Amino acid sequence: MLIRKPAGIRYSEITPKDLYFNRRKFLAGIPAAFLGAREALAPSTAAATSLPNVQKSQFSTTEKPNSYKDVTNYNNYYEFGTDKEGVAGNVRKFQLPAEWVVSVEGDVAKPRKISIEEIVKLAPLEERIYRHRCVEGWSIVVPWIGFSLSELLKQVQPTPKAKYVAFESYWDQRREPLARPELAGIAFPYVEGLRLDEAMHPLTMLTVGMYGETLPMQDGAPVRLTVPWKYGFKSIKSLVKIKLTGSMPPTTWNMANAHEYGFYSNVNPQVDHPRWSQATERRLGELRRRPTLMFNGYGDQVASLYNGMDLKKNY
Amino acid sequence: MLRKRWLKIVLFLLCLVPCLYLAWRAWNQDLTANPVEYITHFTGDWTIRFLVFTLAITPLRKTLKLPDLIRFRRMLGLFAFFYGCLHFSTYLVVDKFFDFHEIVADVAKRRFITVGFTGFVLMIPLAVTSTAGWIRRMGGRRWQLLHRLVYASAVAGVIHYYWLVKSDIRLPLLYGFLVGILLAFRAVASLLNRRPAAVPVRTPLRDNP
Repeated sequence: MLIRKPAGIRYSEITPKDLYFNRRKFLAGIPAAFLGAREALAPSTAAATSLPNVQKSQFSTTEKPNSYKDVTNYNNYYEFGTDKEGVAGNVRKFQLPAEWVVSVEGDVAKPRKISIEEIVKLAPLEERIYRHRCVEGWSIVVPWIGFSLSELLKQVQPTPKAKYVAFESYWDQRREPLARPELAGIAFPYVEGLRLDEAMHPLTMLTVGMYGETLPMQDGAPVRLTVPWKYGFKSIKSLVKIKLTGSMPPTTWNMANAHEYGFYSNVNPQVDHPRWSQATERRLGELRRRPTLMFNGYGDQVASLYNGMDLKKNY
Repeated sequence: MLRKRWLKIVLFLLCLVPCLYLAWRAWNQDLTANPVEYITHFTGDWTIRFLVFTLAITPLRKTLKLPDLIRFRRMLGLFAFFYGCLHFSTYLVVDKFFDFHEIVADVAKRRFITVGFTGFVLMIPLAVTSTAGWIRRMGGRRWQLLHRLVYASAVAGVIHYYWLVKSDIRLPLLYGFLVGILLAFRAVASLLNRRPAAVPVRTPLRDNP
């Protein structure tokens, strides 16, 4: 059982021994981006680096986080195959590009291409322990590291035309040979979208790390979105583009199956998936299923975004 | 060769291997981050696989002219039922904790559970009447008709699989294809049997010079 340590002690200090030794072993793979070294060595997934100066967050839940092992060996990341347990193995050979840039564009006054080094310095890093609920009916609790997406969006100054935010994930057919529609059943690159007020909400997080370290590839390295009150597939991984737009953007799962996956996809125990109930979920590590919470338990903070909306129609 | 007694024992042990593998992984606490899901999928996979093996016996024995293969069909069928029981009880006991109210709601609401449950229930009378005693009691013809329910069970299993996957339909399609050709073989064979003797029929008299 993970015993919560008093504030100030990082997860890296209570990392299991074998993981700790693995990091030492792969020290040579630490990305140039984070260390400022000259060599553009791309990291393997084992080479997570500790993130410094991470503050506690008021948004954290008191629920117990899942083990690092569970969160890194059970992933829906179809670019690396549709087998949740296989992703960790399939990312082993993947090399993150040494230079990573997120293009922030569209209806903004100050579009920019921001590098991962700049993102990490954009705002004070917080550790936010969020619940994460997959549409399939399982959930985890993850101590993400990052800050509100609004910090970035404020900087680029959305114009009055901007009503939505579109997101796009990294896609390279050569480096990700499994990222094909005929293998995964979805189209690539993976795209997602939020309404502007959802994107500007303080809970919506631009995430650069977890468990005290940078993100491993299977969890969306080097930067991803985390929207805790929506089903997990909306928390798009490995961001390369953020575009402000006036119309509702296409989203991958909605394109794959509009009847089953809507634009909003708010966690809602009263609105079932057409083929299965959303009333309960299995928290990884627990035997019995538990009741699913409206908005994944974040209703106090986000329910007002949907006042007057029929959530059965806008699923 | 196929009549050797030890062959049945070897086959029996082979059929147990998936179950033993699962037990070994459980022993090593290596059941992935979501053990209930893993066990459910694993036992479900082996249920449909054993159904395919069982359905393959007759086409194989006809095309390879190895009538002795029939000796193994009952065992394979019963193992399909065995893994089906494991699959269903994982759902019943571990997922639902015997909450029958929830289970009834599930069977009614989640189509893929309805069809899966149907496929499982259809196997029960087949398992019960699998013995030679029952063939005698029912008479060969009636017994054979009853046991055609295995076709429905296999089809239900494929649909169950197809309806539960999110987007990657390759495995359900593969099993569908396999069940499809195994059933098609029987359909074609039965059609050929019904045709009048325009096709020359070999009789012992004609074969012996």
